[in-house]
Parts: sequence; C-alpha cells; structure tokens
Amino acid sequence: MSRIVVVGNGPAAHRFTERMRHHGHSGPITVLGAESHAAYNRVLLGSVLDGSLTADGIALPPLDADVRLGVSATGIDRARREVHTDTGGVHHYDELVLATGARPRVPDVPGLRDGGSVRTLRTLADCAELPRGRVAVLGGGILGVEAARALAGRGADVVLVHPGRYPMDRQLDATAGKLLAERLGTLGVETRLERKAVERQPGKLVLDDGEVLLADEVVVCAGVEPETGLAQHAGLRVAHGVVVDDGMATSDPNIHAVGDCAEHGGTVSGLIASAWEQAEALAQRLTGARGRYRGTKTVTRLKARGIDLVSIGSREALASLDAEVVTLSDPARGRYARIALADERVAGAVLFGFPQAIASVTQLHDGDLPVPSDRLGLLLGTAAATRATPVELPDDAVVCRCNNVTKKALTTAWHGGARSVADIAQATRATTGCGGCADDVRRICGSLRTRTEEQQEGAA
Amino acid sequence: MPDLRTVATHCPYCALQCGTRLSRERAGVTVRPSDFSVNNGGLCQKGWTAPALLDTPDRLRNPMVRGADGRLTAVDWDTALDVVAGGLRRIRDEHGPDAVGVFGGGGLTNEKAYLLGKFARLALGTSQIDYNGRFCMSSAAAAGTAAFGLDRGLPFPVTDLASADVVLLAGANPAETMPPLMQHLRHAELVVIDPRTTATAEQAALHLQPAPGTDLALVLGLLHIAVVDGWTDTDYVRARTTGFDAAWQRALAWWPERVERVTGVAVSAQRTAVRMLAEAERAYVLTGRGAEQHSKGVDTVSGFVNLALALGLPGTEGSGYGCLTGQGNGQGGREHGQKADQLPGYRMITDPAAREHVAGVWGVPPESLPGPGRSAYELLDALGTAGGPRALLVFGSNPAVSAPNAGHITERLSSLDLLVVADFVPSETARMADVVLPVTQWAEEDGTMTNLEGRVLRRRRLQVPPRHARSDLEVLHGLATRLGEPGHRYPTAPREVFDELRRASRGGRADYSGITYERLDNGEALHWPCPGPEHPGTPRLFLDGFAHPDGRARFAAVDHRDPAETPSEDFPLRATTGRVLAQYQSGAQTRRVPDLNAAAPESFVEIHPDTADRAGLSDGGLARVSSARGHTVARVRLVGTMRTDTVFLPFHFPDQARANLITGDALDPRSRMPEFKVSAVRIQPEVTR
Repeated sequence: MSRIVVVGNGPAAHRFTERMRHHGHSGPITVLGAESHAAYNRVLLGSVLDGSLTADGIALPPLDADVRLGVSATGIDRARREVHTDTGGVHHYDELVLATGARPRVPDVPGLRDGGSVRTLRTLADCAELPRGRVAVLGGGILGVEAARALAGRGADVVLVHPGRYPMDRQLDATAGKLLAERLGTLGVETRLERKAVERQPGKLVLDDGEVLLADEVVVCAGVEPETGLAQHAGLRVAHGVVVDDGMATSDPNIHAVGDCAEHGGTVSGLIASAWEQAEALAQRLTGARGRYRGTKTVTRLKARGIDLVSIGSREALASLDAEVVTLSDPARGRYARIALADERVAGAVLFGFPQAIASVTQLHDGDLPVPSDRLGLLLGTAAATRATPVELPDDAVVCRCNNVTKKALTTAWHGGARSVADIAQATRATTGCGGCADDVRRICGSLRTRTEEQQEGAA
Repeated sequence: MPDLRTVATHCPYCALQCGTRLSRERAGVTVRPSDFSVNNGGLCQKGWTAPALLDTPDRLRNPMVRGADGRLTAVDWDTALDVVAGGLRRIRDEHGPDAVGVFGGGGLTNEKAYLLGKFARLALGTSQIDYNGRFCMSSAAAAGTAAFGLDRGLPFPVTDLASADVVLLAGANPAETMPPLMQHLRHAELVVIDPRTTATAEQAALHLQPAPGTDLALVLGLLHIAVVDGWTDTDYVRARTTGFDAAWQRALAWWPERVERVTGVAVSAQRTAVRMLAEAERAYVLTGRGAEQHSKGVDTVSGFVNLALALGLPGTEGSGYGCLTGQGNGQGGREHGQKADQLPGYRMITDPAAREHVAGVWGVPPESLPGPGRSAYELLDALGTAGGPRALLVFGSNPAVSAPNAGHITERLSSLDLLVVADFVPSETARMADVVLPVTQWAEEDGTMTNLEGRVLRRRRLQVPPRHARSDLEVLHGLATRLGEPGHRYPTAPREVFDELRRASRGGRADYSGITYERLDNGEALHWPCPGPEHPGTPRLFLDGFAHPDGRARFAAVDHRDPAETPSEDFPLRATTGRVLAQYQSGAQTRRVPDLNAAAPESFVEIHPDTADRAGLSDGGLARVSSARGHTVARVRLVGTMRTDTVFLPFHFPDQARANLITGDALDPRSRMPEFKVSAVRIQPEVTR
C-alpha cells in the first residue's frame, strides 16, 4: 500500500486527500500544514475579513489522514524518498504531493515590508480582525477589487490604489474597466488609478504623484508568487511554478504538484477551479485510473456583492479579427457586454451588469455549446418569451389548462348563453381546476360583452 | 335497473385525492367535485373525466391464460388461480421462495398494499417484493426519515399553504400534476426551481432554471447564501437541530459564483430566492420528483431540508418542509409493507422488535419472516437471471412503461417463466403476461387511501364491478389458500383487512391503530399517527419536537456530484422526463379516456428552436431521441423557453414512444431511486418508411 505525503494543507491538498479516499486509497496519507489552523476555504477569506463569517466558519471537513499542523517541510531527500520538517520529523513517501501554494507579493516600498499596519490576504491570520478606520487597498486585480468591495460593504472607508488605467486591466477592456471603477465609486470605494505607493508612513500612504492618503491600514493585493523553494532545493524543474505534466508529475515521477505552486502548460493558474481539477486528476492517477489535466478554461467571475462581472477567455480573443463580436453598451444603466464568437461558440467575453447573461454565457463557454441564434437573447441571457394577453390569444389557445378549455370553447359557451364566469364554468369546466384562469376568463367575457354590445349598437 | 345512488369518494388519480361525489344516473356515472379541503370544489380534467374509466371498452372482463398457441385465452377464475398457484409452487420448489417476486403499486389502497406485503412474506415466503413507489418519492422518504425521524409527505394539512407568503417549489410542477393544489398557493409568492418553464414556473415570482442534474449544487449554494448573508435562524438551529457544522462544511465550498457556473442560475437570482424565503413570515420548501429522481436524489432532498432547517421552517406553525407525493396512495403505499425493506406501520424489516410485533399480529414466528429484498429496479433487473426471480406477480403497476431502461426491463419481463398481472385494463405489462387477472377499480370497491398530507380517506363503492372482476383482496385470498395458507389470514372484506392493519401498525411510525372506518365515515379528518380511538390524529407533526429520540432534526452533510451521465460527443444533450396534465403515470388509465387522449394524444419532445434547427428538426415533425440504451420517437414541439442544452419528454406513452427507453439504470445509493431526470442523448429526425 503506497504511502502518500502531502506538503501543504490548503484547499488543493484537502481536495486531493478527500478524492484519494473517495477513489479507494486506503494506505497512509500524511498532510503537513505550516499553519496552525486546520484546512480552511481560502476563497472565503473575504467573508472573514468583512465579518460575515468567523474563522471557524470556513473550516473544511476533517480529513481521513494524519494531518500535522504547524509543521513546515524543510527539505526533500529524493534518493531516500523522505521529507524533512522543521520539527525534526522525517516522513517516508512512495508518492509526494507538493501543494505548497503561493505567497503574496509585497511591493518593495519603504515601510511596507516591515509590517506597520500592513496586511496581505492569504491566510486566516491575515483576517484576524476587521481593519479599522481608513483602509488603502494596494492592487486593483480581482482580489483587490473583491477586498475593497467587501470592506466598503462593512462600512470601512476604502481607497483602492492601482497602477493600471482601470481595475482588473488584465481581464477587462477599457469600457468594462471604466464601468467597474464607476460602480466601485457608487459602492463607496474611492479609486486612485495609474498610481503606485512610494512610501508607507504611520497612518499614511504616499503615492507616486505626491498625494498623501490617510490610511490606518494597508491591505496589499499585489498578486502572488508560487512557493517553489522546496522543489527548487530538491532539484526539481521549476520555471515560474513547479513544472508538471498532464498527470501532475514533476520532473521526478514520484513527486507531484497541484494548485497555486504548479505550472502546467506554461501557466500558473492560481484559480481554485484549476487546483481542484488538478487534485482530482492526480487522485485518479495515483489510484490507478487515467486522470488527466488539460488546463482549465479561464473564467474570471468577480465575487463582489452588487457587481455582476465576468471575464471569459483572453483579451486577445475579444480583439480577434476572425471572431464575430457582439457588443452592447448601455453606460447609462451601467451595462456592457462584449462577446467574441468563433464557430458559433463563445471564444471570449466580458459581461458587466447582465446577471443572467453571465450565468448562461459562462455555461455555453464551459460546455463548448453553440450560442442562441438570437444574439439579443444571448446578451440578455434569456430566450425572450412574450405572453400574449388573453383577448389577443388565437382561438385554439388553451385558457384553462386544468381542463384543457380553449378560447374557442369559451367563446362558443358565451354565444350559447353562458354570460358569467360561473355559467362558463358550468358549461366548459374552465376555472374549476386550480382556478388560476378565472381572471383570464373574466377578461375574455368582458371583451365578448363589449364586442356584442358594439355589434348591437352598430346594428341599431 | 341499475342502482341509482350517490357516494362521497375521491378521485382515482394523484396523491391530492380530491373529494368527489359520484352519482349513478340513467345516462351513466357522473362526477362532481366536493368541497373537500384539498380541492375545495375544484377538479382537473383527469378528475372530471374519470368516470370514463368505468366503462372503457377494453376493460378486462375475464381471467386469461396464455395457451400453447401463445395467445391469451379467457378462462374461469378457478382455472386461472390454479395455473398461477401451480406455477408458483413449482418454481418455489425448484428454486426456493426468492424465485418468486411481487411488484406492487402506489395506487393500491392501504388494505391491498398491506395484504400484498403479508401475502409475499407469508404465503410466498419471499423477500422479493417492492413497488413502483420506489420510482416516485423514495428519495424524499429516505431524506425525510433521516432528517425528521419520520416521513410523511406533508407534515401539515395542504390548507396551511394558503396562508404562506413564500413557497419554494423544487422540481415540482403542481399546476400540471395536481392542479387543484394551486388554489392553496394563490396567496404565496412562488420560487420555482425547474430546468423548464413549466406551467408552474410561469406563475412564479422567481424562476430558477438550473441545468438538469445540478439542483443539489444550487441548494448548497442557497444554504451558503443563507449563512453568509446572515439569514439563518441560529436560535432554532441551536435549539432544535444537530449536525449543522458538518453540513455547512460541505456547503461552504458552494459560493454563489461557483454555483452559477455549475447550474446556470445567476448569483443575483440565488440571493433573491434566499432573501424571499428568509424575509417571509410564513414560508415553505416543497420538493417533487424533479429533486428526487436522481442518482443523488436523497442528497438533493436533504439539501432542501438543510435549507429549510437553517431558515427555521420545519416544525414551526405556518412554515415547513414537505414532499409533494405523486401517486394516489403514494403515502399509504409506502407504509404498510410492500416495500422491500419494510413491514407495516413504516417499520424496518431488519428491526427485531418490528419483526416480533408484526409476526405476532400475523400469528407466525418472527424468524419465519424473510429479510429485506431487492429494490424495484434491481428486482426487475434480476428477473429471469441466475439467482433472480423466475416468476413475478404485478399488482397495480405497469413497469413495461414506467420503469427506467424500459427496453431492458421489457426483455427481463419476457424472460420470466411466469408473469402474472392483476389489472383492470390491458396495460402494456398485462399484454406480456402469462396470466391476466381482471380486478376491480376505484368506484367498484371500498377501502382507504392516505393522501399527500397523511390524511386517511375512505374510497367508497358506487357500483358493482363487472361480473368476472374480483378485488385484489379476493385474488390474494384465492392464491394464498391454494398455496396452503389458512383462509382467515387473508380476509377479503376491506374493513377486516384495515382492522388488522391497525393492529399491525400500532406503535409503528405510521400508527393507524386509532383510525376506524366508523370515524372516517363520521367525517373525522384523521392524519396519522393516530394511536388510539380517542386520539384526534396529528394534522401537524413536529411542532413540539422531531421524531428522533432527542427531538432534534438532523442536518445532512451532503455534497454535489455529477449525474451518472454527462453530455458527451455522441450524446451532447441532456434529456429530462416528466408529466403532462392530461395523462397520469404510465397512461394505462388516462390513455383510455377519450377527452384526455384528445388533449395529449402522443409523446412529444420539447426542444429549443435553435437546438432543433441544428439537428434538422422542425415543429411537428418526428424526432428520434437516442441514449446509450436505446431510442424513443416523439413529435417535435419547439419551446423558446427551453435551455438549449436540454430536451424534455413526457413518460406516459407506450411502445416506441416510451421515454423510459432512453433513461438509465443509475440508482441512488440509499433510496435506490433511478435517475429519471437526466440522461445524455442525441436527437435527429426520425425517418419514416
């Protein structure tokens, strides 16, 4: 029975371990977690930061494994297949899984790296208490936007500082970016675009144009770096991340990497969906199945209350000349959609302020499904169905579904002398099921009455 | 001169059991809706036209035995019963008691369901008995039992819904399946979860349209929102439940944006749904077949129960959780021992105390009772195989149409040494039988039914049955005595059977011991449990506590998983199956009613116009819908509100139009419910020659 050691105790490690058990691995699994907390759902850190969940509230289910908390791996002896730890432990492995994650990047700005009221958002410890007073968020990527929005939602005074021309400039085009900045403003997030911090002073943050922001707290959301030190020291192939193949194997076939530390096909994904897919592929592989990871479709869906925004595919796809591009711009209502279609499929999209279209276009993209022929329906995410009012219904339309009574049958009953809803019910059984069509029958009666009166007047 | 009279009884179809007054007049039998609480003067087209069933031209009028020429030939009752008993005896002697199987139905009266279970366990000595209710609400039954310690479809009267502010309907389409129920939902704002824009969804204040097979992800997301957005009733959760933390640890991975990607339901719509439910003073969560008929049906229903518990709804006056049971006696049918793992009174057959009690009532030693048998699909799947039954008795069911993977099941049925079907019309299954036994139907017999709210109702006889038809109770008596059982064990008078059922159910979860024909005939509204003659019955369960020893409801730690089949290159679409208003179940009855057949004459496939266009299909043409198991043929109906990745087929139609020719054999691990609601298919024009 092979012995598995997992370095790291984040969501990728957790999912991998669960799926190993699911796929029937009954041998020993040791999980080494550097944090003293049990595994938790990093995606929900924002909810801890803004106070809607407690630290315990994001704990992941207990694992059927030997989980060592507060233990860091310090080295790998590949010849002996051993992992050494900072507590002096030695763990023999048959298969080693690196799920070491990533560490936040902190810009080299005086006063920032030495800690004074500066935090990153990577671990539970970072979210221990809600930032007080005025908060500057450094970095307007997806994490920065989400953090800024969450803090503002909790009543904090937030300013978002971002070097790009607009927030999320790696995912969005200029139109969407501008709408996002405006929307953030209405939600109480100030922005400083095309600005960088140059110095952190007590209670202040100095920007490169000389502006001095009052900031009791600085939250740094400037991206992450894969944790590759262990792999590098062990002589594994490392580029930006630990390089893996489709089976998640590193350059050593008994060592694997998943999640934010892994680089597959030249990409370090950094998305939870990728980490989970990689964990699943590896678990299948290590239990004798044919798991294979082929990369994850890039769908960036902002998790920020009151902002409906998704970016699908690359910005290049959106700008491609070969694509059929469907665009709707409705700036007054804060709505914008740009969808690039190739062969009737969604190649790329940016959708802002179209909640239903975000849901349906994402599914069309994920399923590689052809899009609706009605492009307006595509943009709205609906198959616009209009319901005729009852008097406009064709004769063969069913008015009372419970008793399958058509408009024609009602009209016939009317002309046969049934002049009230009760008479019509007697004659046709309409309204005698759920009763939901009573209003429709009344309206049709009314219109027949009017028409009969008009005819009588006309005759007179 | 026919007897001119009127009786108060109930509609022969769905679990609502609308009250009717049947009159025998010179022109024939007429029906009027009564002011019975569930229908309050309403009836749907099925109910209005039900008398047509009584003189359907191809009514079975004589027992029939298949002769050497392969044809069914009319014989007298003694001959037919002798053939059956002789065959059963021979097969049992050669292959043991489990070589005989029994397949019951959720439309049988309580008395029939009870006596059928007793007959199987005593006269046949077989463990191999199950029924079509397994295909109906078994997932909700398992989830409800786990959560509340008791499964009663609605633990409150239907009329309570009338004062609800918000009702969430998950995979339920009562506007078509039980229209008079909608009267009680007129006041409430409806939140409807359904992949299709059904007649019910059209009336919704909010319609969530998830991809088929993803409703568990959706409800995990709703629970997630309830927690993160602070809508949970923490006092209730603390005081009245256990297991929240473990359930939350699963739901926490289902943040709304992830749920949106998996289900196709917009984040904003998810939030609105939870807010509507949470802000309502009175709110209900109701599930139907759409949530239940999956290989994860129990977990899906548990997900909805979790949501209801987090919001503090169950066991609270004016709020709650319930399952909309489908078949006429779907509730009673699951309580009296025709289920593979159960004895009367909703007792488990593996529970020694339950065995002792029931064996005592039956006058046999407990060890003589067989153990649990195969579930419905597994039973049908095993027919004619090594170790599987070689004879099957079918009562009140038409599995050739209603079972999943119908092509395979038909093959299994035809591999039997002996197939016996008791029915009143020549259903598709009856046509395959070696022996057909003509039995009485609703207006020709007395008995009790238990409707979706756990209320026991009297079915009353209006008229004498055709000359050669016998009641199922008489059939069981005739067979049992031929198999050497003492006749007194199988009474033929429904009232006598009911009195025995009362004793057998005493002390069980579904305790009927205090319910009598007299009390029912005096107009008492009696919901079980009713443990004594003075007990008023229990219209509302759980107000003082749930039926677990500690009185607390259980959250279930459930997680989403994909359906057994996901779309592939060969089968790129998802098919889901369901019902239409004018037909009922396998259609064996309603297809014989001219008005209903005119309203819904043939199978159809609902499909988005774009999807149809790409497949070369046009409105009104014939389509062939194929899955890995087979294909069915249906008329194309273009529906602009369909998801482009999904098609819908009703399952009521026979032969090549059977929707179940494409459904699969994946079962829920706990309820053994088949996955009717999602199959991977492709669709193409049907070329007629």
